[in-house]
Amino acid sequence: MVHYIGIDVGSTCTKAVALDKNKDLVFYKVLPTGWSCLETADNLLKDMAEVGVNQDDSRIVATGYGRVSIPYADKTVTEISCHGQGAAWLFNMEDFTAIDIGGQDTKIIEVKSGQVNNFIMNDKCSAGTGRFLDIMAGTLGVSLEELSELARNSKKHMSISSMCTVFAESEVVSLIGRGEKKEDIAYAILDSITTKVRGQMGKLALSAKEVVLTGGLCEIPFIREMLSQKISTTIESDPLARYAGAIGASLYAVKLN
Amino acid sequence: METRTLSNHSALSSDKNKPSPSQIEKARERGYKLAGYYCSYVPLELLDAAGFLSINLIGRDNDAIAEAETILPKNLCPLIKSSFGNAISDEDHLTKEVDLIIGETACDGKKKMYDQLALRKKTYLMQLPQAADRSYSKKMWISEIRHFIEYLRKEYDVEIDDEDIRSAAKKRNELRRIRMELMKLQQNSPVPISGLELYYFLQKLDSMIFLEEAIDEGHRFVADVRKTMSKLEDKREETRILITGCPLVGVADKVVGAVERNGGVVVCFESCRGIKSDLCLVKPEEDIIEALASSYMDIGCSIMSPNNKRMENITELLESFNVHGVIDSTLQMCTTYMIETRAVRKLCDRLGVPFTSLETDYSQEDKGQIDTRIAAFIETIC
Repeated sequence: MVHYIGIDVGSTCTKAVALDKNKDLVFYKVLPTGWSCLETADNLLKDMAEVGVNQDDSRIVATGYGRVSIPYADKTVTEISCHGQGAAWLFNMEDFTAIDIGGQDTKIIEVKSGQVNNFIMNDKCSAGTGRFLDIMAGTLGVSLEELSELARNSKKHMSISSMCTVFAESEVVSLIGRGEKKEDIAYAILDSITTKVRGQMGKLALSAKEVVLTGGLCEIPFIREMLSQKISTTIESDPLARYAGAIGASLYAVKLN
Repeated sequence: METRTLSNHSALSSDKNKPSPSQIEKARERGYKLAGYYCSYVPLELLDAAGFLSINLIGRDNDAIAEAETILPKNLCPLIKSSFGNAISDEDHLTKEVDLIIGETACDGKKKMYDQLALRKKTYLMQLPQAADRSYSKKMWISEIRHFIEYLRKEYDVEIDDEDIRSAAKKRNELRRIRMELMKLQQNSPVPISGLELYYFLQKLDSMIFLEEAIDEGHRFVADVRKTMSKLEDKREETRILITGCPLVGVADKVVGAVERNGGVVVCFESCRGIKSDLCLVKPEEDIIEALASSYMDIGCSIMSPNNKRMENITELLESFNVHGVIDSTLQMCTTYMIETRAVRKLCDRLGVPFTSLETDYSQEDKGQIDTRIAAFIETIC
């Protein structure tokens, strides 16, 4: 085999990476998943072919909620295992906790000796997930990045009490109606999601000191800062951390050999 | 997992086992009255002794929930809403058939649901004490049992003496024993049947309102399973899962199915309608009312505080069923089980057994998510 491909079909974005036989990262790209997982994955494979990664002499592992829709995958592995493996590779650590705030679920993954030891996911509810932030940013008419920067400039720290995305949205609408500043509402939104993540972390008896943030929100610095404050630990991230799942999948592809 | 369906048992493939109209008709022809119940804490021996046949009315239909929400708040567990929805809708024949419903003050949600039910159906409520470790709790439960006997005597003009109750207890014990025998066959490796088949068969036994028929059916099935066991190869890698938590009615395929679609097998159900209440045999040699009270108070449900019994049961079952991983399955808004999840997680951590928990309801929208979560859990065990 010449290459090892990992495809992470998430609810919002599909990520694909390729490792060469020395386990060096030779390709990575993200596209919105859209309505056809397969079409998106095909497009990513075409892009890969352009840089010399050929599907025919590669092993492919698919992960993410749409993993079963990739017919040419040699194997599927759940995103929990992949995120654990991928983060261990990215951050070059054996014992740590990974927080992945994904589109439709938030995972807390405890990795011990390079293996997933324990994990927890949000239950049937979108509060505390990336989707929640998307909806709230939409309500304020800003992008996620803008939301984060607005929150940083907040002078008045408010919170949103509702635990449901739908009710939280109407709470935000009434804050807007009351004439509260955009900055302060943005802060309240981020406060809500980070508080929820901290609550979830409390359910696992986590021993590792190192905490990393993977998934799509890793590039939004203020979320990481706020969360770090809430859990009293500096959370590390990496520009490639949104590819943790796909990288984990490609590492599973290496193991297939 | 390899399919080991015993094809002559059609009951094993779906969540639809309910008493049939013909069984109800037979009961009527033979002069029985029908009682409905929802919870394992209701001492069915009393109803047996009073000439009632008992029907488990726990709702498992998602469709019934919308109807219930016209009266009950939305923030209630699906089991209560579905049960109530069935009781008030025109779709379900069972609740309409019963002459009397026996409620109990196990959890608050059910307790107050019975208030609403009582406005529509003849309902009797047993006051269950919730501190299993207090000596006076059992005394209170004995009084409650006597109070119920008095009610049945007066209301239905029936004679119930200790001997009637004793012989009912013997019969119920027989059913508990055959259910236990069947469940213990899963201690073998490889397991003789899938967890889902076992679950649906237990549900089928629950749906058989004539006790003798259920006992016979249990024996027949155990014999069938034993026959297939000799044909199974000796070695097979299987990830052996114990499920604990809320009853699995309405979510069995989603939860148990997810385990078995992803390379695991459920070897033990430490939950209601699983092994939980069958562990509590009634000792017929003692004062029978006291024996009945002791047995039923000993059910390790999360409505008890403290609920040491559940932790003891899990500890014992992990060992005897050679369990590789524990899944705590809770229903949305079931506060007592949801809080107790933490204690079970701690217990499993201490015993070094992998643990995960999930919260679900009767809808199918989270099927994919549950599947992924359980698949990941099994990946971490392997």
